[in-house]
Amino acid sequence: MLVYLFRRLINVVLMLLVVAAVTFGIFFMVPKLTGTDPALLYVGKIADKVAVEGIRHKMGLDKSIVEQFWLFLKGIVVGRDYNAGTDMTHCYAPCLGYSFKTEREVWPLLLDRVGVDFSLAVGASVLWLVFGTATGIVSALRRGTALDRITMSVALAGVSLPMYFTGLVSLAVFVHQLGWFPSKYTDFANDPVAWFQGLVLPWITLAFLFAATYARLSRATLLDVLGEDYIRTARAKGLKEPVVIGKHAMRSTLTPILTVFGMDLGGLLGGAVLTESTFNLRGLGYEAVQSIASSDLPVIMGVTLFAAFFIVMANLLVDLLYAVVDPRVRLA
Amino acid sequence: MTTPTETSGPPSGAQPDGASTTAPAKKIEGRSPGRIAWDRLKRDKVALAGGVVVILLVLAAIFAPVLASMFGHPPNEPHPDQINPDLGLPKGSFGGISGDFPLGVDPTFGRDVFSRILYGARISMLVALGAAVLSVCIGVVMGVTAGYFGGWVDAFISRVMDILLAFPQLLFSIALVSVMPTSAFGIPDEWLRPLILVFVIGFFGWPYIGRIVRGQAMSLREREFVDAARSLGAGRTHILFRELLPNLVAPILVYATLIIPSNILNEAALSFLGAGVRPPTASWGQMLSEAVRIYQADPMYMVVPGLAIFITVLAFNLFGDGLRDALDPKGN
Repeated sequence: MLVYLFRRLINVVLMLLVVAAVTFGIFFMVPKLTGTDPALLYVGKIADKVAVEGIRHKMGLDKSIVEQFWLFLKGIVVGRDYNAGTDMTHCYAPCLGYSFKTEREVWPLLLDRVGVDFSLAVGASVLWLVFGTATGIVSALRRGTALDRITMSVALAGVSLPMYFTGLVSLAVFVHQLGWFPSKYTDFANDPVAWFQGLVLPWITLAFLFAATYARLSRATLLDVLGEDYIRTARAKGLKEPVVIGKHAMRSTLTPILTVFGMDLGGLLGGAVLTESTFNLRGLGYEAVQSIASSDLPVIMGVTLFAAFFIVMANLLVDLLYAVVDPRVRLA
Repeated sequence: MTTPTETSGPPSGAQPDGASTTAPAKKIEGRSPGRIAWDRLKRDKVALAGGVVVILLVLAAIFAPVLASMFGHPPNEPHPDQINPDLGLPKGSFGGISGDFPLGVDPTFGRDVFSRILYGARISMLVALGAAVLSVCIGVVMGVTAGYFGGWVDAFISRVMDILLAFPQLLFSIALVSVMPTSAFGIPDEWLRPLILVFVIGFFGWPYIGRIVRGQAMSLREREFVDAARSLGAGRTHILFRELLPNLVAPILVYATLIIPSNILNEAALSFLGAGVRPPTASWGQMLSEAVRIYQADPMYMVVPGLAIFITVLAFNLFGDGLRDALDPKGN
């Protein structure tokens, strides 16, 4: 178990390294292709040559791509000193550099933004996991009934709707027409009630779309599982139906749901771009879109790595949970 | 392995013919898997309805110029007379819907929404189908190779798929699309953009199908018919393309029909975030993102493209679901 965990963690680090290298490579090339100078992006358009050269040297932009990448990685682990003669800045341990635009450190900026995505993901995932799976299971158990057909039609409609459309419609109806919810996000620390009110609509909209997927998935999986021999054995043993479903069938039904859940949750924590831009939330996704628009390389790098980290970690967590949920899975 | 011989004949023509000769005692006739699937699909009214809508939509996209000239106006032709100059909104109610403009006009310019929806369908279908073809091609080649050869080949390809899945895809797509040049290889921008979208969406989509095909190929590799072919002296290429691939057609087909709707949603999402085709080329996602600004005053402009996306994606999903059920050997 420990060996497995250790191997997986090494794997995580390697994958993040590759993601970082690819991202760095692509966005290192971009300024060359478009003919913009990253140093100029730092100091602004009206700058004299000396200042530009100073910045270029200070930020290490005059070094080769390999060297720059190495310094970047080193910065994440041990921090980094930017110095140009007398002018020295230290950037503490998980150092992801400075934004071209705002000249703020990237790491604190990301920490500042991730709260929104965290709030969004927590509420929505609870909703969609509970309602989505429950609907799917009830549907599978009542297969062929009117209830099954109606819920599955709704679910199919749900997976066919784009987030930004349902989001806009719900904003138009519930915020602007009925005025039930505020249209602004408030930090949890500032005012928990306002935080909750501001997030109810994004939660429900997001959860509805995801719940549709989960309902379809859990229904299909449970139907598959119910056809398995061990379920027949369990019934033949004379076990009561709730035990057969709840204890025997449910375990292997949950495995694929966990897989998808890991991917979805990881993806959401790394920035819910569409939800954020529909509901005007300022999270990682918003930051990413902004930084892409202004080709703010350090921020793009930061968000990409951050997001990849969540995805990879969520997948690792899911694999560990497999062993708990499904008795057929043994970690080796 | 199996060669569906009966499927080539027109099924409707075969029916009365067979009925007349076997009328007294219904003869048991062997049906190929393809024939069984087609018979099942014919009975699934919902899936057929989805299929018909899909065909109609594809035809509408192909004949967009004809339809637009018959029922509307050229997609980029401004109609300032339809716009209230003070508000920048359509003069008529419901987004300016009239006999002349069946779906109204867009704000600011007063362009014909009906034509723009039709031309948007072209972009949507083109990108979705193109990306699906690309994903399926790469995914099948990679998946079959990994599954059949195993060992380090499998380890390498699987790792590449893991890494691709760890990328925050939407973010990365926006970033990639936004840094692409406006013209290259002498291709004009209006064609280059859709091509870039096809490439980006298709490239990030292949690991999903790659994983499915890999799993299938791994289990098929161990089957007797592969051993038989090998003992008859069949080479690798023969086994891969003549023995394995025909058995993978069903899952590939199903996956391809289900990846198209998700590609449509992806293209719309990229356009919504401003990383799709460039204006004035019409696309559904772009219309929705324009609608964000004015949906309180002109809700029709949000509803029309939203419904277009919804209907298209739903139709593809219905058809794909039906196809999956029809091709499922476990179904009745």
